[in-house]
Amino acid sequence: MDTNVFRAWITSAAEAIEANRDHLTQLDAAIGDADHGINLSRGFTAVLAALGGQPAATPGAVLMLTGSTLISKVGGASGPLYGTAFRRAGQALGTAEEVDLPALAQALEAALAGVQQLGAAREGDKTMVDALAPATRAFAKAVAEGAAQADALAAAVAAAEEGAAATVSMEARKGRASYLGPRSVGHEDPGAASTVLILAALRDAAAQDTDAAAP
Amino acid sequence: MKKLINAVDTVVTDALRGVAAAHPSLSVDVENKVITRARGPKAGKVGLVSGGGSGHEPLHGGFVGYGMLDAACPGEVFTSPVPDQMLEATKAVNGGAGVLHIVKNYTGDVLNFQMAAELATDEGIEVASVIVNDDVAVQDSLYTAGRRGVGATVFVEKIAGALAEEGADLAAVAAVAAEVNERSRSFGIALTSCTVPAAGKPTFELDDAEIELGIGIHGEPGRTRGPLAPASELAAVAVDAIAADLALDGDLLVMVNGMGGTPLVELYIAYAAVAELVAARGGRIARNLVGNYITSLEMQGFSVTVCALTPELTRLWDAPVDTPALRWGR
Repeated sequence: MDTNVFRAWITSAAEAIEANRDHLTQLDAAIGDADHGINLSRGFTAVLAALGGQPAATPGAVLMLTGSTLISKVGGASGPLYGTAFRRAGQALGTAEEVDLPALAQALEAALAGVQQLGAAREGDKTMVDALAPATRAFAKAVAEGAAQADALAAAVAAAEEGAAATVSMEARKGRASYLGPRSVGHEDPGAASTVLILAALRDAAAQDTDAAAP
Repeated sequence: MKKLINAVDTVVTDALRGVAAAHPSLSVDVENKVITRARGPKAGKVGLVSGGGSGHEPLHGGFVGYGMLDAACPGEVFTSPVPDQMLEATKAVNGGAGVLHIVKNYTGDVLNFQMAAELATDEGIEVASVIVNDDVAVQDSLYTAGRRGVGATVFVEKIAGALAEEGADLAAVAAVAAEVNERSRSFGIALTSCTVPAAGKPTFELDDAEIELGIGIHGEPGRTRGPLAPASELAAVAVDAIAADLALDGDLLVMVNGMGGTPLVELYIAYAAVAELVAARGGRIARNLVGNYITSLEMQGFSVTVCALTPELTRLWDAPVDTPALRWGR
């Protein structure tokens, strides 16, 4: 996957966030403070502007710029967390112009580590980690087993979806939802939901990159 | 949604333009969303920076001025500001004696201030942080986000600000800020929800006869829901919750704070009950505040904050302050 795929990923993620802006905000209203969709939409709009104005030359540079812009523009908890995720992934990719599956697996692991280091959330706390961690594991496993790119990404997204769905029955232990205690049960975590959207955007962007998808 | 706004996207910047026009004592960077004292940093004085989502006015911008904050960073409504703003503010108020970040314990505020402190440290500015976490409605635990920072933030900003104005060093200012936080507890009750302009509808639904007990300040629902009751009973819920965690004896600083949509006449009704309840427990309200100091947009409701004073804390509370929202002795 080259720089164009990563640009397409971020563009597609921005579109998905925009399309689901109100849905994410509604999820947040139930157990948080009703701004997740609004904030991510503002952040990704700024990311598209930043990417448009700057020739980020490598996949890593695209992700670094995405992360820095999210940190600068989003605020809340999701700004530093998503920002750190993209920056760590970008750092992991280094200056490579082409990203292969093992490198992408490492980037996902770096993103997850960054999020957990900053937010101190573990799986089961009802956060974005509940989508990102299983997705990272599923992707690494698929890559290790020699899966094709499309299959590995599909496995990651499926794991993220499953993880996000599982947050419904969890009691929140991190973030604003944690103040609700048992009342947080029965609602999907908005951060896990947006993580699914962002990973699905990667799957879709990679699928459209016919050159790379060819065996 | 009925709001006195021009557009949902420009709520914060439009309000900042108003703050700038109303208060020549403040310098307002509308674009970067930083409010500082117009006179700039005082050489050798510890700078105090706070910040948080907008919608809590007068917190924090209304507390920028002599004897209190040096800078405030307002985020979007109910959204923490970003590290760039905090770094900008930190650099602007650094008079060479270091900068104290006063942070309410909400995940977003904590994470963004943490990143800002790292950036400021990289630029050679000494930064200390105090996390305010006074809300007894939240069970404190290593495995949760911990208690929220609410009403005690006003006390911390005032008292630490007074000590900084006297020329104390960063360690001493940070220590008194932490002491005020440790000696303060809060509990809030909402009668209605509130509407974030960009969301367009109330954050949560509440029947006419229902109230939320143990709310924070961002329109998030409380810990439990209950039936509406007379003000004296609601005051008792708040005071009892605080008393379960803080001995209400000796000299106390007590704030009955409106959440934005409660008229002052009702806050005084609540204060009457709070004063009686505190006296019955053997406490003496040495100082008090009644009014809207840390709000949640147009939410109806109130919070009670109590600080167990020491003679030194009382002295610092009484020290001159001159800000848009708190002013005495000068």
